[in-house]
Amino acid sequence: MRFSESWLREHVDPQVDTKGLVEQLTMAGLEVESVAPAAPVFSDVVVGEVLEVQPHPDAGKLKVCRVAAGERHAVPLQIVCGAANVREGMKAPLALAGAELPGGVKIQRSKLRGVESFGMLCSAKELGLSETAEGLWELPQDAPVGADIRSWLNLDDAIIELDLTPNRADCLSIEGIAREVAALFRTTWRSVVAEPVTPSCAETLPVAVAADARALCPRYLGRLIREINPKASTPLWLKERLRRSGIRSLGPVVDVTNYVLLELGQPLHAFDANHIKRGIQVRLARPGERLVLLDGQTITLTDDVLVIADAELPLALAGIMGGQGSAVSSDSRDIFLECAFFAPEAILGRARRYGLHTESSHRFERGVDPALQSRALERATHLLVEIAGGKPGPVIEASAQAYLPKRPPIRLRLRRIQSVLGTNLEVGEAEDILRRLGMQVEAVANGEWQVVAPSFRFDVAIEEDLIEELARVYGYEHLPRRIPVLRGHMQPVCEGKVELARVQDLLADLGYQEAITYSFVDPKLQAKLTPQLEPVALANPISQEMAVMRTTLWMGLLRAASYNLNRQRSRIRLFEHGLTFWREGDKICQVPKLAGLIMGAVAPEQWAQTSRAVDLYDLKGDVEVLLRLTGNLNDFRFAVAQHPALHPKQAAVLLRRRDKRICGWLGMLHPMLAEEWGFDQDVFLFELDQAILDAKKIPKFKPLSKYPAIRRDLALVVSEKTHAQDVLDVVSQELSDLLTGVTVFDVWRGEGLARGEKSLAIGIVLQHPERTLTDAEVDAVVAQVLQSLAEKFQVRLRG
Amino acid sequence: MSESVEDLLRQAKQDLAEAGDLTTLEGIRVRYLGKKGWFTQRLKELGQLSPQERPAVGKRLNEAREEFERCLEERRQILRQEQLERRLREEVLDVTLPGRSRGEGGLHPVSLTLHRIEKLFINVGFQVAQGPEIEDDYHNFEALNIPPLHPARAMHDTFYIDHHTLLRTHTSPVQIRVMEKGNPPFKVIAPGRVYRCDSDLTHTPMFHQVEGFLVDEGVSFADLRGILDEFLRAFFEQDVKVRFRPSYFPFTEPSAEVDIACMMCQGEGCRTCGQGGWLEVMGCGMIHPKVFEAVGIDPQRFTGFAFGLGVERLAMLRYGIDDLRLFFENDLRFLEQFH
Repeated sequence: MRFSESWLREHVDPQVDTKGLVEQLTMAGLEVESVAPAAPVFSDVVVGEVLEVQPHPDAGKLKVCRVAAGERHAVPLQIVCGAANVREGMKAPLALAGAELPGGVKIQRSKLRGVESFGMLCSAKELGLSETAEGLWELPQDAPVGADIRSWLNLDDAIIELDLTPNRADCLSIEGIAREVAALFRTTWRSVVAEPVTPSCAETLPVAVAADARALCPRYLGRLIREINPKASTPLWLKERLRRSGIRSLGPVVDVTNYVLLELGQPLHAFDANHIKRGIQVRLARPGERLVLLDGQTITLTDDVLVIADAELPLALAGIMGGQGSAVSSDSRDIFLECAFFAPEAILGRARRYGLHTESSHRFERGVDPALQSRALERATHLLVEIAGGKPGPVIEASAQAYLPKRPPIRLRLRRIQSVLGTNLEVGEAEDILRRLGMQVEAVANGEWQVVAPSFRFDVAIEEDLIEELARVYGYEHLPRRIPVLRGHMQPVCEGKVELARVQDLLADLGYQEAITYSFVDPKLQAKLTPQLEPVALANPISQEMAVMRTTLWMGLLRAASYNLNRQRSRIRLFEHGLTFWREGDKICQVPKLAGLIMGAVAPEQWAQTSRAVDLYDLKGDVEVLLRLTGNLNDFRFAVAQHPALHPKQAAVLLRRRDKRICGWLGMLHPMLAEEWGFDQDVFLFELDQAILDAKKIPKFKPLSKYPAIRRDLALVVSEKTHAQDVLDVVSQELSDLLTGVTVFDVWRGEGLARGEKSLAIGIVLQHPERTLTDAEVDAVVAQVLQSLAEKFQVRLRG
Repeated sequence: MSESVEDLLRQAKQDLAEAGDLTTLEGIRVRYLGKKGWFTQRLKELGQLSPQERPAVGKRLNEAREEFERCLEERRQILRQEQLERRLREEVLDVTLPGRSRGEGGLHPVSLTLHRIEKLFINVGFQVAQGPEIEDDYHNFEALNIPPLHPARAMHDTFYIDHHTLLRTHTSPVQIRVMEKGNPPFKVIAPGRVYRCDSDLTHTPMFHQVEGFLVDEGVSFADLRGILDEFLRAFFEQDVKVRFRPSYFPFTEPSAEVDIACMMCQGEGCRTCGQGGWLEVMGCGMIHPKVFEAVGIDPQRFTGFAFGLGVERLAMLRYGIDDLRLFFENDLRFLEQFH
């Protein structure tokens, strides 16, 4: 809601300046979004009267005018003007020599093609009062010649814009705001005078509200006005008020309905009476009926949409927008003025469905005062007749009292006020606030009232609504504050889980930078990473590149890597945690994951380190450190597997040993995908289920052995097809309790080995908890291990 | 016995003096004192002498050996000292050269901010709850007293999956999910991602919120003011000026927006606060009785407050970030400024 401060002050004039007024509105919940001057800064512009227009001797497009500029200029001024619409007898703004116009333009006495000019005649645009200009701004004939334009038009006014919350429909008008301001400042306000207009013609139009539409339109008022002057124009003062409220002037009839809408908050609609066939019917649309709206769009109606129709066709979308066919035009002489109360339920959601949002639908959706229609119709009639003449007919009314909203009494208890607000609001104070807001307050018991809200307060229905009103008007800043005494039990500190924050810190310490990427991604790119998953698509995405929910965090990380790569970064380490989404049958899965990406040099360039590019084992090492946080590294194992996004020979799946459940993936981004994404280096990725963090082993102390440990190194020759993990699994299994450590310290191919063979050098450390192991014992168990390995994988010792 | 003991001792001393390093010295020791060394041999041969000769020769021999050992030790000390000095002289490093590094990572400013917020509330007994990001209409709207077609829905530009499934527009549905399952008292915060179908200079289609709520007997608006005042002061680690301003949310009543005096201009009015001098940082209010009814809690017995704060907003103020979009571009030059 945007309005001019001076207009408001005609109705309520608290003894504060603009700043004080705005502050008080904001602190009462009517947030002032902006305060702007009604006109940009300019000076020395007066009302000028063009007395004479002569052609310029040397320029075809210029004219030389004599312009009267008031008593201070005894002789009319010579002004050279290029506007096409300049003519003798017109009044227009005249910037005198020395004037300053918006944008810092200075007007000086000057010569234009040899003819002296003592100022400039202005357009509305040149004064910053309009976006466009069609020549000079023609002022009304009663404009006082020589008067300063700023003071004559009261341009030193402020335009206040309120960002009203949906509950405060009652403040969507000057009168509503005035009422509120009066309550806040404990002052009086003047309502708009709207005396009934005496009909000067007897004509009426039959108006009927269909039975099933009565609840949706419990009050419909209308009146015919015959023979208005189609040539009449809207007075400047009214246009100015509309302009300051951000509404364009569209001719007297529409301007008057818009004016009353702003003034009282009541939307009205004017029809060209000659396009209404045999009366008005308010009814629900018939499915499939079509209507061309004022904005030119043709809509197809459904049976839950209320329309204003004549005997044949729908004419308007009730409370939302009129139709083109019955619209008032510049030569309409007979009009039908409609002023109705539509229930919010009749309007809610309907405008949005057709992509509309109008001043009218905005108000009806939130609730228009059901007691307002008669006043608004009289007010509009009065203004219209004043501006454009015409013969108003009698008011036609079709009302169903039973369906008009009622404001039932609400019980309000002092005790409840105290318990919700934590304050002892005095009884007198509470009653005073409610009465100032137009409520009827009746004490029914000690500390208990019965309150009835005024008809315009759609938001006041229960006790809490009243308490909110009390708090709001009393002032939140005057309410107490205290630190709550919190009762509660000691919270468990769960050691059986790895906190996500710990993992974040670990990855940061491992050199990863945390990223946060959008959860919606490009479906085409993602389909190549996880073709096996059915993504969850958005019905109304921002763009095609953000049309589905991510099935993998890799999408965001790859995008972020690519973004940075394009900004001259080649060494990239990123991680992200968050939900991934996909469909399984009817179900939508939302699974928390943790993912990382590395590429580029293993370490930042440094004089003492030889640089190399990262490889799979750099990534895997980091993942292993991460898994170690769970204290259960051995509950997991990596296995060779295929993933559509990963290099077929450099991909591993992380399995939980217990049930072979897949807990994650790691590997090199498939070279084909790498090329598509524009990476010129190898990219390595991991993604883990966050669920693995939920099972952390609480450490269980084992006594330290007093006896020496024995290390044996074994060079095992195996086929390339045999995986190290399988060998290690056998070693651990066979040695079980004696094994305190195992390490792969070399992998060798080439000399001394056949093609297709490799040698794994494994160091094992054995220790008995209760005695010293003898060489013979160790030899025996190692022999046992070797035998097992030989049986399972044809492993032999390297000669 | 071809050489005299004295000659040998002289020779031995000469050897010691000529030894230039500890390895040579050790060789000399072995030559004289080792298993087959000169002194060892001679002492073994004593048995071959007559009982008359033995004591005198033995004595001389032992004295000579002791003399040798003393000299050996002396020489060893000198050589050690020399060796140490040589090391200290030679092992020169330019300690100002940079050390080896694997590069440092860091956390996203949103995470840093979330962690601080969580800590502050956990410290006073709040628990952390999570909820789904793909929500149903009921939890995101209806249970929060926002029925279909309610004008307040226009305040939330919602991403829909289908007719009744959407991306949560706020973290408030976690409030419903927690209250549905448990019984008061509740002291919970729910951090997480939220989504609005809006993208421009000051809006990103995804951002983070922290929902918080406290439900118990006797919880009042005064408690809400107290705890949020304290929170904002603790978060910014300075005595920020806090303002509660009436507002409207369908799920709280009374409702308030919480503003803090702009830190950039100390409330004088600047670009950051849009000349107003105040910055909106969160919304809050007393939980609406209809919300309690939706989750089966008696609103006459229990009262509670709820608040929702924008994490990016707080992060921007805390770290002086002036462009919301930076949060999700993941430009390393931005991310690396946070540790």
